[in-house]
Amino acid sequence: MIAMLIRRLIQAAMVMLVVAFISFSLFQFVGDPINNMVGQEASQQDRAELRERLGLNDPIPVQFIRFVGNALKGEFGISYRMARPVSEVIAERLPATLELALVSGVLAISLGIGLGVYTALRRDGWLSHFIMSSSLIGVSLPTFLIGILLIYLFSVELQWLPSFGRGETVQITQNWSTGLLTVSGWKSLILPAITLGLFQLTLLMRLVRAEMLEVLRTDYIKFARARGIKQRSIHFHHALKNTLLPVITIAGLQLGSIIAFAIITETVFQWPGVGLLFINAIRFVDIPFMSAYLLLIALVFVVINLIVDLLYFAVDPRLRVTKRSASR
Amino acid sequence: MTEPLLSVRDLVVEFPKRKIKLTALDKVSFDIYPGEILGMVGESGAGKSLTGAAIIGLLEPPGHVASGEIWLKDQRIDQLPYEQMRRLRGKRIAMIFQDPLTSLNPILTIADQLIETIQTHLPLNDKDARARAVQLLDEVGIPAASKRIDDYPHQFSGGMRQRVVIALALAGEPELIIADEPTTALDVSVQAQIIDVLKRMCHEHKTAVMLVTHDMGVIAEACDRVAVMYAGRVAEIGEVRQIVKRPQHPYTQGLMGSIPSIVERVERLTQIPGSMPRLDAIPSGCAFNPRCTQKIARCTQDRPELITTDQGQVSCWLYDGETP
Repeated sequence: MIAMLIRRLIQAAMVMLVVAFISFSLFQFVGDPINNMVGQEASQQDRAELRERLGLNDPIPVQFIRFVGNALKGEFGISYRMARPVSEVIAERLPATLELALVSGVLAISLGIGLGVYTALRRDGWLSHFIMSSSLIGVSLPTFLIGILLIYLFSVELQWLPSFGRGETVQITQNWSTGLLTVSGWKSLILPAITLGLFQLTLLMRLVRAEMLEVLRTDYIKFARARGIKQRSIHFHHALKNTLLPVITIAGLQLGSIIAFAIITETVFQWPGVGLLFINAIRFVDIPFMSAYLLLIALVFVVINLIVDLLYFAVDPRLRVTKRSASR
Repeated sequence: MTEPLLSVRDLVVEFPKRKIKLTALDKVSFDIYPGEILGMVGESGAGKSLTGAAIIGLLEPPGHVASGEIWLKDQRIDQLPYEQMRRLRGKRIAMIFQDPLTSLNPILTIADQLIETIQTHLPLNDKDARARAVQLLDEVGIPAASKRIDDYPHQFSGGMRQRVVIALALAGEPELIIADEPTTALDVSVQAQIIDVLKRMCHEHKTAVMLVTHDMGVIAEACDRVAVMYAGRVAEIGEVRQIVKRPQHPYTQGLMGSIPSIVERVERLTQIPGSMPRLDAIPSGCAFNPRCTQKIARCTQDRPELITTDQGQVSCWLYDGETP
């Protein structure tokens, strides 16, 4: 267990290093950072001075080590566009993205599993057929279109829900403001959360359904039926756990992409999160911000993968090291 | 004569397939008496396993019992609603499947699976159910049962898992166990042990067994009586010794002739020409008539019913009118 954890942590660190290198090379290859920082009128000497001061004349490995060292301290330099430390800007906007991702993640996982199980158990019911057909919409329509359609229906036509922004927020700590404590915050959250989570929801639902049908055909379920185990227990005790094993991986990765790809949803709903900031950063070639964002998303994926591995370990007894060897 | 425990009468199982109906079991009739072991032999597709599935009410849709009756003592069980049938499964009729590696739920401990089964059928509290589970494992020959009970299936070998499966089948004290090829997936060296455990357990618990197999060795070793199936019909039923020594039905004769013997040296084993017909091409009259070496005119026209002879029952016109 400990050995596995250490191995996974080392692997995670390796991945982060590689991503850090890619982030770092953004500075080197996407234009000259000095050009972006100084004005048109700066003299050649000013430029050389700044270059020296920023350490850009040092050998690349030295610069890279410095970059990693700063990143570990949470320092990613000054945003070109906003002229404020990148870490500060991200910390300010992250709560909005995380809240959105959390709500749509919970929505996707709970409804995805629930509907998946339902459609597997009531395979021939009309409601199942209806759910399955409409799930095709979620899988095939692009996110931004779903967002626009939802805005049209609920904001423009019905005028039930706001079409943009976070609504009222409450400041919890200096950096953490939440919309989850106000009615208007929740109202603003509904449409973006559905937009962001719909694809994941339908994907998970179809996956759970397919897995569940597979599991219900296995010998151990047949044997459980032959022993007269109650239907409920067969479905939710014997079958569901086995169904969820392969789903955990996918769900974890999907949760990661919910955070990473909130960009589109945040743009459509003008949601003041990091994704929206990232789009603007790209437009202005705000390299410190872009590299920090890249690292952040990589970190999210690495952490989620680590959690998924640990979850597997907890759920699947076959992965646990056997204390007693199997007797022959 | 004692009352039969299970009576199957003219059981017909059909699988609707597009426009045609495939008749997988065609008027199967037999009895199982309390405490006896009835063997069911036949080639693949003869309907042995299907008979078991029909009895315990676990036919895979769209397969269904189209006609006929199944009686468990004085209760008719082929038309019971799901919930009543569920209560009966495991409690009065249990089933053992072929592959012990896949019969146990991989993520539940042996204790989970045994205790739940016991508590489904017997009014025991957790402590008593666990004690009984340990006792059952002990009886089927799991060493250190009280420790091993909390292990997961993957921590047991194939033979040990099949013992666990037998313990699970016996958990509700059933009157009948349908064992569907319980040794086919096991090593030859373990097969004999498992048959032994099954025989001993059923003897001690006075449980009748319907032993589905295609292994005549297992039949000769374990069974009291044997039913030979062919193309979804019963060809012959009788005492094991009679069937092995003096088979009546030409199909059984062919089957016995194809078993190598250690005692006699035979240059070539006899083989039955042709193969079993597909379900959609069963010939009229006796299903075996195209391959039969002793057929008479009547065989292609009328289907023989089970005829009682001095050695058992056989569905063959050769024996019609010989004995009352």
